[in-house]
Amino acid sequence: MPLTLPTYPQPDERGRYGRFGGRYVPETLIPALDELEQAYLTAKTDPAYLNELERLHREFVGRPSGLYLAERLTAHAGGAKIYLKREDQNYTGAHKINNCLAQALLAKRMGKQRVVAETGAGQHGVASATAAALLGLDCVVYMGAEDIRRQELNVFRMKLLGAEVRAVTSGTSTLKDATNEAIRDWVTNVRDTFYILGSVVGPHPYPAMVRDFQSVIGEEVKVQLQALEGTPTPDVIVACVGGGSNAIGIFAPYAYLPDGQRPRLIGTEAAGEGVDTGRHAASVAGGRVGVLHGSMMYLLNDSEGQIVPPHSISAGLDYPGIGPEHCLYSDTGLAEYVPVTDAQALEGLQLCTRLEGIIPALESAHAIYHAVELARTMRPEQIIVVNLSGRGDKDVAEVMRLLDLPEGQSSTPSHNLPGHNLPGYTQPTHTQSGHTPSIMAQQEVQA
Amino acid sequence: MTAPVQTGAQPQATVPGATRIHAAFARAAQEGRAAFIPFMTAGYPTASAFPAVADALLTQADLLEVGIPYSDPLGDGPTIQRASEQALGGGTSTRHTLQLVKDLRARHDTPVVIMTYVNPIYAVGPREFMRLAQDAGVDGLILPDLPPDQDLEIADLAAEHGIAVTFLIAPTSTPERVKLVAEACTGFLYAVSVTGVTGTREGAALGEVPAMLALARQYARVPVAVGFGVKDAETAHQVAQVADGVVVGSAFINAVQHGQDVGALAAGIAEGCRKD
Repeated sequence: MPLTLPTYPQPDERGRYGRFGGRYVPETLIPALDELEQAYLTAKTDPAYLNELERLHREFVGRPSGLYLAERLTAHAGGAKIYLKREDQNYTGAHKINNCLAQALLAKRMGKQRVVAETGAGQHGVASATAAALLGLDCVVYMGAEDIRRQELNVFRMKLLGAEVRAVTSGTSTLKDATNEAIRDWVTNVRDTFYILGSVVGPHPYPAMVRDFQSVIGEEVKVQLQALEGTPTPDVIVACVGGGSNAIGIFAPYAYLPDGQRPRLIGTEAAGEGVDTGRHAASVAGGRVGVLHGSMMYLLNDSEGQIVPPHSISAGLDYPGIGPEHCLYSDTGLAEYVPVTDAQALEGLQLCTRLEGIIPALESAHAIYHAVELARTMRPEQIIVVNLSGRGDKDVAEVMRLLDLPEGQSSTPSHNLPGHNLPGYTQPTHTQSGHTPSIMAQQEVQA
Repeated sequence: MTAPVQTGAQPQATVPGATRIHAAFARAAQEGRAAFIPFMTAGYPTASAFPAVADALLTQADLLEVGIPYSDPLGDGPTIQRASEQALGGGTSTRHTLQLVKDLRARHDTPVVIMTYVNPIYAVGPREFMRLAQDAGVDGLILPDLPPDQDLEIADLAAEHGIAVTFLIAPTSTPERVKLVAEACTGFLYAVSVTGVTGTREGAALGEVPAMLALARQYARVPVAVGFGVKDAETAHQVAQVADGVVVGSAFINAVQHGQDVGALAAGIAEGCRKD
């Protein structure tokens, strides 16, 4: 199937999604952004570019990723059918590779031999390093010193792939600071360097371009669901949101359908220890409008405009802002954004793992938790699609630290009551999110 | 697609801040100098030590540039970022910065321009921010992450409050961008000497600066200053031959950090601003 990149009604010609988006960057970058926009608009309709991207999707990434009916999760919830869109099946383990390959191909077309990228958990860094290796580009990845410590294996992967990983010690030494440094590098080396931005954030045209590259997810769901269920449109789509690239990739192909034809679109934000604790990364629920990394968006920033460091159990959601198109969706009701806490995400991870044999990324586990909870309230003929944005290999060490599984448990799993007895792990209550305390606890009651 | 070219407030000679800034440039020019514009982060090294540092700079400055410390200053290099972190750690906020400026303006007649990223302005609210800045006696604003066509309201609100605005051009700016930016400036035009962030210029070669200034002067109705990487009397002297003003920042932060005599450094660089 020849690849086409979609066209959406947003943003406007100034790169605005309503009041959000734009280009709040040093003047040095404005010509580079103009150049990028032109190159992208040309590539978008060039069969040579599209055919190469399609070939790489198919032969290198392994697309299309599966759309999988999670029967045991569905039975567990006892309501709507839960489908998982398996972006975890992609080579390098997450949706990030879709965007990185497309941007790296664009860099090559533009004659840029050097790419820079930022990374938090390392997924985008690994995907960027992979794309650079494949296409023979020099690659520098900026990563917070704190994240380097937490993601040793991904750092080694990047180095093995030939990338240089530069530790960032400014600010909070995490993703937002790595992004600042990547932008600074780009400002300095703008004439021969391409910035591979990892989410639907940053100055225009990045949010639009990354969305278009990730839209392959939603477009595949339409075709796959038609084949499986006789309709291209589920009742609900749930996806986790940090910056928001996997979510926009599955939302956007549906978001601009007319009212009545549009599924409910739900983004799960990382509520960390709870939105009211201040230890979270929920930009819509707990932020205010501000500007970071070149874009106006919902943002964790204080009354003086200083950026508030986010917190999430998942490094991939640990970002203080959310992409401008999501902000517009939120304001206009095209999508809903709900907070899901660290503890709830851990529950989601265990449910998916024990019932389906799929270890999801902690990011995706936020979406799984909410989907299971929502499915309970829906009818069996209804359909929820969850974007399983990545696999959980990278999180296993962190989960191991948090969950002290008893000896022998691994050989005799309690299939009826997944995760009901996890010593060393206290189930907190989460009233601020509007969620019921624990889906596992509910299961126990039902059992 | 490129947005249709629009600009904010047109230069208004009636803006008191602009008048004072232009007069400072004119005085320097009469004395055969480029205006010397030192920069210091508000609240650095501490809120209590900042006024003495500013006083030392003001003995030499034609204009003083004061930076509002910001958590994510992506146009600045490591030196100014560290200064910002230290000032924020010491509790210097946007409102506190404006109070520090108010105190300075009570003691000195030298114009003061504020360098700020846009988010602190949005957080306080653009109108409230301008009101506070006017009350503090701020003459101008330098907005490193606000290309003038991004926000048409800020420049208008500034003008309404008697405050001039300065936008930046860079070596990468196209002639169309130079025209757009130059025409939007009401205070002075700030030409960035290199592609990069503050404090990172290497060597003393002027490189693309003369060509950039020649282009800018075709459109600017305000003086043109050059900054980024001007770190000593020698580089200042080179820049002063082609620019109306010379901005020096990171060198002073470094001097404060190393306990050097800021006044003496300022005197040397001010001397370097003399035109041959």
